[in-house]
Amino acid sequence: MNAIQTATVVPAGTEIPEQVIEINNLRKGFGTEDVLVDVSLKLFNGENLVVLGKSGSGKSVLIKCIVRLLEPDDGTIKVLGEDLSTLNQKGLGELRKKIGFLFQSGALYDSMTVRQNLEFPLRRIKKNLSQKEINEKVEEVLENVGLSDALNKMPSQLSGGMRKRISLARTLVVDPKIMLYDEPTTGLDPVTSDEISTLINDVQKKYKTSSIIITHDIECARTTANRIIMLLDGEVYKEGGLDEFEQSADRSIKSFFK
Amino acid sequence: MKILNPVIKVKKIAADQSVRLVEKTIAKTIEAGNFLTNIADAFLFVTKVTKETFSRNFEFKEFLRQCFQIGNKTLPLISVTGLIIGLVLTIQMRPALLSFGAVSLLPGMVTISLIREMGPVITALICAGKISSGMGAELGSMRVSEQIDAMEVSSTNPLRFLVVTRVLAATLMIPLLVIYADALGILGCWAGANIRGDVTFVLFFSQAFGHIGFIDLIPALVKTFFFGAVIGFVGCYKGYTAGRGTESVGIAANSAVVLASLLVIIIDLVAVQITDMI
Repeated sequence: MNAIQTATVVPAGTEIPEQVIEINNLRKGFGTEDVLVDVSLKLFNGENLVVLGKSGSGKSVLIKCIVRLLEPDDGTIKVLGEDLSTLNQKGLGELRKKIGFLFQSGALYDSMTVRQNLEFPLRRIKKNLSQKEINEKVEEVLENVGLSDALNKMPSQLSGGMRKRISLARTLVVDPKIMLYDEPTTGLDPVTSDEISTLINDVQKKYKTSSIIITHDIECARTTANRIIMLLDGEVYKEGGLDEFEQSADRSIKSFFK
Repeated sequence: MKILNPVIKVKKIAADQSVRLVEKTIAKTIEAGNFLTNIADAFLFVTKVTKETFSRNFEFKEFLRQCFQIGNKTLPLISVTGLIIGLVLTIQMRPALLSFGAVSLLPGMVTISLIREMGPVITALICAGKISSGMGAELGSMRVSEQIDAMEVSSTNPLRFLVVTRVLAATLMIPLLVIYADALGILGCWAGANIRGDVTFVLFFSQAFGHIGFIDLIPALVKTFFFGAVIGFVGCYKGYTAGRGTESVGIAANSAVVLASLLVIIIDLVAVQITDMI
């Protein structure tokens, strides 16, 4: 087990944990059905927080509320000390520049090459970069995800795992402080899933990011988690370290950690 | 078997009918409410896009790309259609005019009908089928595969990048395509006139354009801008607001064609009425 896996609830080496994300009493429903009933959680600086839960438990809704792709019905969300509900479009845009979001499907722009996909956020967020600097940055992130030779390929020419890697590179290219991973290993074979999980840890080390990883893949959780939160029926069912979850006698938790 | 008193039976039937009537009324009210909500959503969308059009940071490169895409996608189809429409109109009209001894009016008549009506409407309908459906399908699939969300998260306004550029490109390109289709239609007419007769190029054009005035050209050109805007707005609205499932991509593309074509015809009717008043 590596150093990251053995970390406790509060990341080692941080005396007073800085709260990167703080969510209090979040409620979000669609129509008459509440998906998130009452969710409160904190993400500390430099940690990987895994949010576990069955399909339909509201995990993706939770992280979409964090970037305000969905408007919460109730509760507060603070990201890097800023209350999302008080931000106007400009303020929200500025905040989103500090957040990387890896979508479940990868969400690569189909009509653009890999290079154009990576340059797209870079040109908009870091407007003062020269073409040479842009090229260097693009090559650097591609090298970090191990796909330097995919520069001029179209997304349709990439495999599922490659799309996830490129999508990760696209979020990393603007040096985000927070990473939100929505089901990063869904639809991938076990070997590729393991590679992506390792990559998430590498990103944490190299880019000093704080991350929320939404998953129901227990192997991904084992590899990446500093701390785990389990969602059940729209509420936080349990919070703790990996060992606590592994040793739990609770039936709902055991069904995940078989 | 229990036999009901006739009075109770009648009362029961009346009560059942009342319940059914109330249920039907509620269903119709909900339907009307949804219809009004959709109209309000569409207006809100148009307002937002218009506001974004005049905001800073116009995506000029993407606008040029969309102009090229629209031209590139429709040019072959419009070339063939324009040429054939001119040819067919000439062949169809010739016998009727011949019986009145007015064949010399043929170039003028065909040209006027091409410029005032056939060129703009046929081109707009082709574009509604080709461009509006393409925009609906493209943006719909971007919505389904979370590409629009990804754009939003990376601090790019998707309305400005995806919708404004497409609507403006359609508004600008469709009038140009109509002019092109009209020109090819007139060429087709000249070819048609030469199948049974012998008209020189110079004579044909002096006959064709001798009958055309300001009232034929300007209103016909102005309405094509409206056609373009409607085709762009409808395609983008249907795609941008598509649902999450994959079937919604098909629905967005299909409904974009139907609505855009219908609106083109309605705008044409209004334009004809206004031109008639002038």
